[in-house]
This record gives sequence, C-alpha cells and structure tokens, in this order.
Amino acid sequence: MTTILGVPLQALLGQLLVGLINGSFYALLSLGLAVIFGLLRVINFAHGAQYMLGAFAALLLLKGLGLNYWFALVLAPVLVGLFGAVIERLFLSRLYKLDPLYGLLFTFGLALTIEGVFRWLYGSSGQPYSVPELLRGTVNLGFMFLPIYRGWVVIASLVACLVVWFVIERTKLGAYLRAATENPVLVQAFGINVPLLLTLTYALGAALAAFAGVLAAPIYQVSPLMGTNLIIVVFAVVVVGGMGSILGAVFTGYMLGIAEGLTKVFFPEASNIVIFVIMAIVLLLRPAGLFGKEA
Amino acid sequence: MSGHHPTTPLTPTARPHSAAAVIRKGLLLVVLVLLLAAPFLVYPIFAMKLLCFALFAASFNLLLGYTGLLSFGHAAFFGGAAYFTAHAAKVWGLTPELALVVGVAGASALGLVFGLLAIRRQGIYFAMITLALSQMFFFFCLQARFTHGEDGIQSVPRGALFGLINLSGNYAMYYFVLAVFLIGVGIIYRFVNSPFGMILKSIRENEQRAVSLGLSAAQYKLGAFVMSAALAGLAGGLKALVFQFATLTDVGWQMSGEVILMSLLGGIGTIIGPMVGAGLVVTLQNVLATSEFPVTVITGLVFMVCVMVFRRGILGEFYASRLGRKLGFGLPG
Repeated sequence: MTTILGVPLQALLGQLLVGLINGSFYALLSLGLAVIFGLLRVINFAHGAQYMLGAFAALLLLKGLGLNYWFALVLAPVLVGLFGAVIERLFLSRLYKLDPLYGLLFTFGLALTIEGVFRWLYGSSGQPYSVPELLRGTVNLGFMFLPIYRGWVVIASLVACLVVWFVIERTKLGAYLRAATENPVLVQAFGINVPLLLTLTYALGAALAAFAGVLAAPIYQVSPLMGTNLIIVVFAVVVVGGMGSILGAVFTGYMLGIAEGLTKVFFPEASNIVIFVIMAIVLLLRPAGLFGKEA
Repeated sequence: MSGHHPTTPLTPTARPHSAAAVIRKGLLLVVLVLLLAAPFLVYPIFAMKLLCFALFAASFNLLLGYTGLLSFGHAAFFGGAAYFTAHAAKVWGLTPELALVVGVAGASALGLVFGLLAIRRQGIYFAMITLALSQMFFFFCLQARFTHGEDGIQSVPRGALFGLINLSGNYAMYYFVLAVFLIGVGIIYRFVNSPFGMILKSIRENEQRAVSLGLSAAQYKLGAFVMSAALAGLAGGLKALVFQFATLTDVGWQMSGEVILMSLLGGIGTIIGPMVGAGLVVTLQNVLATSEFPVTVITGLVFMVCVMVFRRGILGEFYASRLGRKLGFGLPG
C-alpha cells in the first residue's frame, strides 16, 4: 500500500476529505460573519445558533410537514433569514450607535436563549437526519471511495460562497452594500434606504448560517449545542483571515479545515487546537490577519 | 511597572458629597457585619460560593471597567487556577495558602501569554481572540493528564492554613475565604486608585493623548490584563478549595459569559456593581438548579435586556438616577 511519511494514503486522503468538509462549514460561516460585520459592525455571536436553527428547521420540516431535504435547503434559510430580519429590526438596529461590543453581547445573549430553549424542548442529545436518497452511496475515485453526500457538501458550499461573492462584488445591490459600508450617510443622501440594506444584510448572513446548518444535518447529529463550539472555531478563522475580504474569509475557511484534517493524521492530539495555534502564530506575525486591511 | 513614571495622576477623583460619603460608610459597615455573620444566616458553602464569584466578577471588571477591554476568555484564568490549586493541594500536598499561590502564579502566566497575543488587536477582535485562546486552553484541559479529563480533580483536601489551622470545617473555611476575598478586593481598590489605575482610565478615555504624553498604552493594558488574570485566578483557586474539586465547567466559555453578565448586570466600571451582579446571578442559578428549566434561557434573556435598556447596570443606573445624583454619588469614574 502507498504511504506518505509513514501514513497510508487512504487515511491521509480520508482525513483530507474530512478537513475539506469542515473547511466548507468554516468558509460558509466565516463568510456570513464577514458580510454582517462589514456593514453592521456587529460580530454575530448568534451565528452558531442560527446554524443550529437551520439544521433543526430541516429536521422539523421533515418530521412535522413531511417536507424533504430539498425543500428544507430552500425553506430553512428563508425562515431563519426572516427571524434574523426581525431581530435586526427590533433590537440590533438600536445598538449601531454604541460600542460594537454591545452587539456582540446582545447576540451572545440571543445565542444562549435560543440554545437553552431548544435544549429544553428537545434535550441535549443529537438526533439523526438521513441523507437524501439522491445523494446516497459512494463513487469510486480510483484511489478512494467518496461518499456522494460529502462531495455534494463541498460543491454546494463552494457554489454558495461564489454566489454571495458575485452578488456583493458584481451586482448593483452589492455595489450599494459596499458603498454603504464605506459611507452610510452619503449613500443615504443618494436616496438609498440604508436601514433596509442593513436588515437585508443581517437576514442574508443568518440565511447563510441556516443553509450551512441544513447541509450539516445529515453529516453531524442535529443537536442544540452543535453551533456554539463551532462558532468559536469560526471566530479564530475570522481572526486569521481578517474580515476585510470576502474571498479571503472563504479561502481561510477551507485552508484551516484542511490544516485541521492533516493534523488529525500526523498529530491527532492537537487536532482540536491546531486552528487556535495557527491563530496565535498569525497574530504574532501579521496582527491584521492574512487578508485584513485595518491594523 | 508603574511607580517610576514621571507623570502624576491626570485627574484626581472628585470628592463625593457628604451624603454619599456617609451612606457609603454606613453601607460598608452593614456589609461587613453581614459578611461576618453570613455563615450563621445562610448555608456556609453558598456564602463562600458568592464570595468566590464576587471576587471573580470584580477582577474581570478591573479589565473591562478600567481599560475598556472585553475579555471573553476569563474562564481560562478562573478554571485554570482551580486546576493548579487543586493539583498543588492534592498531589503536591501543599498547604492551602501555598496552593493558592500556585494557582495565582499559573493564572498570571496564562494571563501574560493571552495578553501578549490579544493586545495586538483592539475592541471586537480582542474579545474574539481571548475567547479562542480560552477555548484552546479548554481543549488542553480536556486532554492533559493532570486534569483527569471529564472527571476533573476530585476530593481536593482543604488542608490546614499555615499547617496550623484545620480548614475542613465549613466555618473555619468561610472565614479563610472571607479574609482572602477582602484582601483581593483591597488590592483591586488600591490598584484602581493608584497612579497606574489613573493612567489606565486616561488610556481608556483618550488613548492617543495618553500615548502623546509618553505612556506606553500597550504595556499598561498588558499590566492590567495580567493583574486581572491573577485575581481571577485567586477566585478560581479559592473555589477549588471550597468545593474540593476542579472540573471542566470552570474553564468553559459559558463561565466567561457568566462573568461578563455579572459585571454588566451590576454595573461595569463600578467596584461594587459586579459583586452585586455576581450575587444575583449565583442566587438565580441556585434557585433554578433544581428545576427542569435551563438557566441559560434566563441568563440569555437578562443579557439581552441589560444590553437593550440597562447598559449601566444596577449600580450605574442608581448612580446616574436623580436620587443617586442628589445624594452625590455621581457617575462612576
């Protein structure tokens, strides 16, 4: 059997795939965080809870209404996006004039509440969500067997990231968004409804998190706590990438996922902390982050 | 780090009006009497838990209230010191005061490492970095051998103070905890009102100006961070001795969130406020401990309410209220 540095090729490729899957979620979530932060100057701690809400929405749509995965993939982001819009309108919009730390603290409280309610209703243990029929089974790539669903997650998240990038960098709406990031007062003076833009942005970020949640449901168990531990890792990803660029956030997400996968092969004890270690090194060498603009 | 600085305190704190001074003194006396009588009024373990968390909240607030830096990773110092103290008392067989010294030293060292990394970024990034670093420490504690993973360090001996006074009884232990608590609060009070504390306030209010006066803002912030970590460690080590165990709960991110809530609820930037907040949060947890309803729902809601309508916290709101101003409390510095 082929080995690299004493590790069987199979194991190496397997962990690389796991890393790529984790990286897909890091990329989607850090993208959402970066989009929200770019315009609202709010670090959305509830991002993990919104990801969990997406997964639960998929589960409940299936159990309650018999709607399958493909409906959930569309409906869950819409529902969670609407929820996000309400939260932004009622609460976050009143905090913009204050220190950005208050936004973080508010969304932290929101995350605690949402998770607490779901733990109360559904218990802390995970519930399975089966892989949709169309995506079951594996393909033989010659050097390894790839579960189709895992391949689908990587492709779907890449497409989602590219679509968001396209909307923000290449469309009129995106141009308004970027302009409002630079100078909200001026953009408002041109007759553009900036408060509405802010609401839409937060809803979009929440919807992205929910989309990631639906993608994650068949891979990980659906549980109330699935989001928070993940979001702390994503914070580290965001610190490494810097929040200045969208593609930067996506790229960093994939890279760190792969780095984590490789660590699992060569030094399994450190796989939980490798992203934090990379964060510490980046802070020492380049405090603004790899793609960061501000010092 | 401060002492030798050429600058005098930038602004002397305003003398409080006489009414406020009298009320303060009266309240202080009442509180002291209550603290001395506490183990006979409430369950001693509960009273000790209150004191530990009050000290923890006060140490956290030393950083947030006086430098404006929000640490989302203070559980690492609190829980880390709990592990170090427990290990020193159980495995090395040190007396409680020496075990506490070990805990505080460990927390300070952690604080130095976290601080050196985190003060490279400001504001929101500072919060995320401290959170990530403390999560890293959590995983370290999960896997390290001396922490015993999910079990934690169990049946830690309280030992004998200076090798003489047996602390296994709850009353003796309570007065030891109270003494340490008072020393800790005394240090915080002294620190806040020292030239070092004044400089910290000036950096918080106007960093550029402080730098142009020749002060190294980064070094002062780091100093405050380590100081805060050390005191949080004192609280955590004390808790380990009181409950005779150290577990992963104390290093988790939830604990970092709790101490933020205590400060926010009581009043950021006041010395007393965070302790009041700690008392309320711990009492709330005790009340809800037996029910099915998860505490996090309540704490989360309190968080949101505080941020939306109650940002000065209980004491801050009182100081800023018409009555508070009339009595001469004024806004906390």
